[in-house]
Amino acid sequence: MENIILLSILVLGGIALIASVILYFVSQKCAVEEDTRVAEIENLLPQANCGACGKAGCHDFAVACAAADAKTFSNLFCPVGGASVMGKIAALLGYQTTAKEPTLAVLRCNGTCQNAPAKIIYDGIDSCRIAAGISSGQSGCPNGCLRLGDCVKVCKFGALSINPQTGIPVVDEEKCTSCGACVKTCPRGLFEIRPRGRDGNRVYVACRNTQKGALARKNCAVACIGCMKCTKINPEITVADNLSYIPAGVSADQYGEALVKACPTGAIVCTGKQTPEEKAHD
Amino acid sequence: MTKLKTFRIGGIHPNKYKITTDSPIIDAGLPDIVTIPVKQHIGAPAKILVQKGDKVKVGTLLADADGIVSSDVHSSVSGEILKIEETEGEFGYLEKMITIKVEGDDWAPSINRSDDIIREIPFSAEEIIAKIREAGIVGMGGAGYPTPIKTTIPENRKIDFLIINGIECEPFLTADDRLMVEKAEQIVIGAKILNKALGIQNAIIAVDENKPHAVEILSRLSKSYIGVNVQVCATKYPQGGEKQLINAVTGREVPSGKLPADAGCIVQNVGTVNAVYEAVLKNKPLFERIVTVSGDACLHPANFRVRVGTPASFLIEKCGGLTENTAQVIFGGPMMGTSAFNINAPVTKLTSGILLLSDKLAHKAPAGDCIRCAKCVEVCPVGLQPFMIGRLVRAGMLEETREFHPLDCIECGCCAFTCPAHLPLLDYCKLAKAELKRKK
Repeated sequence: MENIILLSILVLGGIALIASVILYFVSQKCAVEEDTRVAEIENLLPQANCGACGKAGCHDFAVACAAADAKTFSNLFCPVGGASVMGKIAALLGYQTTAKEPTLAVLRCNGTCQNAPAKIIYDGIDSCRIAAGISSGQSGCPNGCLRLGDCVKVCKFGALSINPQTGIPVVDEEKCTSCGACVKTCPRGLFEIRPRGRDGNRVYVACRNTQKGALARKNCAVACIGCMKCTKINPEITVADNLSYIPAGVSADQYGEALVKACPTGAIVCTGKQTPEEKAHD
Repeated sequence: MTKLKTFRIGGIHPNKYKITTDSPIIDAGLPDIVTIPVKQHIGAPAKILVQKGDKVKVGTLLADADGIVSSDVHSSVSGEILKIEETEGEFGYLEKMITIKVEGDDWAPSINRSDDIIREIPFSAEEIIAKIREAGIVGMGGAGYPTPIKTTIPENRKIDFLIINGIECEPFLTADDRLMVEKAEQIVIGAKILNKALGIQNAIIAVDENKPHAVEILSRLSKSYIGVNVQVCATKYPQGGEKQLINAVTGREVPSGKLPADAGCIVQNVGTVNAVYEAVLKNKPLFERIVTVSGDACLHPANFRVRVGTPASFLIEKCGGLTENTAQVIFGGPMMGTSAFNINAPVTKLTSGILLLSDKLAHKAPAGDCIRCAKCVEVCPVGLQPFMIGRLVRAGMLEETREFHPLDCIECGCCAFTCPAHLPLLDYCKLAKAELKRKK
């Protein structure tokens, strides 16, 4: 009996010894030289693996950072971590960061249940992509929000939710990392990554309808009709296909109020300045 | 009695609801205004040749085929062009349409309007194809693939069979059935014309057994025409599908991603064949078609001969209007048709029916959970596993559905029809298809 125990300890121990020796030499011989900084950078990253930076995941991004020189490093940016994370990575690598304005996703549609009432009953599956293939949507606007929440499903940060009163998604400013998943998913292309603006003050056209004015208004009370009034306030604003577009460069502080006042349909939205207390309240 | 031919796998037997089988085709008359879309086919929209204010006659060319996969569009009425602009179509999306105010009924002089049947075909194959192209004929079964391309045999392919599709397996629809009864000889001659264009002597008119009247007339006629035969098939949905019909009639399989021509077959709808007859021997472009207006909420169901561009609401009015209990209006058949967003949308070359369904038929039962009964696998005529595609789509694993070949789905809806848990399997397959196509 003792023999068996002793024998098995010796045999197994021997195998373990031989295997460990082999493994030691193989690991010495076949060691992969990995930049030690990669692991350090990876620790700094948010580990969301969202792919918003254009790389396959956080590890891939860390490898790219470690391999970059001062010039190519400036092209790398983690939208989720933002400037603070990029600052830390730059400090680690000894590069300079160029300050990037913080951004967030903006829904360019205000086709709520009230502004654009439903004309049909949709009883298909909850998928904007399917609904867009079947018809122009409940409201009839061929460019508007379908209110079925494909964007909510795809958001990894829980920043999007459908407002039960209005039916359209709302962006949680605190949670949005501007990763751009919603931009890619929305079959109507309603999301845009825009700068957050000073104190959260942004101005944009909350409409993507390219129909002529009368047709657009038939389906939605707050549709852009391409009347060009906004272009008179700031010449940087362009109107194409009966639809106005306010570039990010147009200052909300300076023009916001005037633009909202000038827009006859209320398609232009200015979020207004937010005091720190308001922000905390949100 | 020998067993009737049908396709190998899958298929269902929905209620027929063929209310209008014995209603003769009646002329729908002329509406005040028609809107004619410039894209009524697969491929590029046609190039518009007319301008606002132009006077047109019935049969005037309005838009010219733009490219090879495209088709001519002709005026279906005489009158003045009011506007050419983007107009709301049947899905609520804007489509380019030509709006014409109807003034009288003045036909182009080149069209032979007599009812005499012409039996001689004094044209060569090339001339026939050219005439089909000039007449703007597209597959009238619903796909809208331009007929001249289908009739031009690709190089190094040999066509053995021309199959004329008279199956009409969708419930409610009787447009093809009535056409076969009333225009039997025209269809047989049309088949001869296509035979000549393809250089074969083997046209098979496939009709299913629930159309005894059409079978009887066509069988009698085909005896006096060499190269045209009638094949009676068992009734099963979706036998009218191109690949299913080829399998039913010839026993051949069209491989995944291949065309019927690869299996040596060409399939044409009876409506298309009648249009070919009229185009080649009567010089009449394709500007009218037979439309069944039916449904359980329709007061006076009927089969109409309708000019392309007639608003659907005009036909609905003729049949007693939208009734209180109409829950859904469908363009096409109830299985594969589309729920209409806008009932003022025009009838196109592809509209086979307009159905008014009551809540009883339109109602969707709430979806339950899959019980793995595999009924969807049993009925899928393509041999897919719809429940697996559905599971993966619900889990958000769209890329992984590729293994289950949703791209081969013909969207017949057998799976959703048969599912005891009322799962929207067809929607899931469509979603997977759309996603895979987008990524490709």
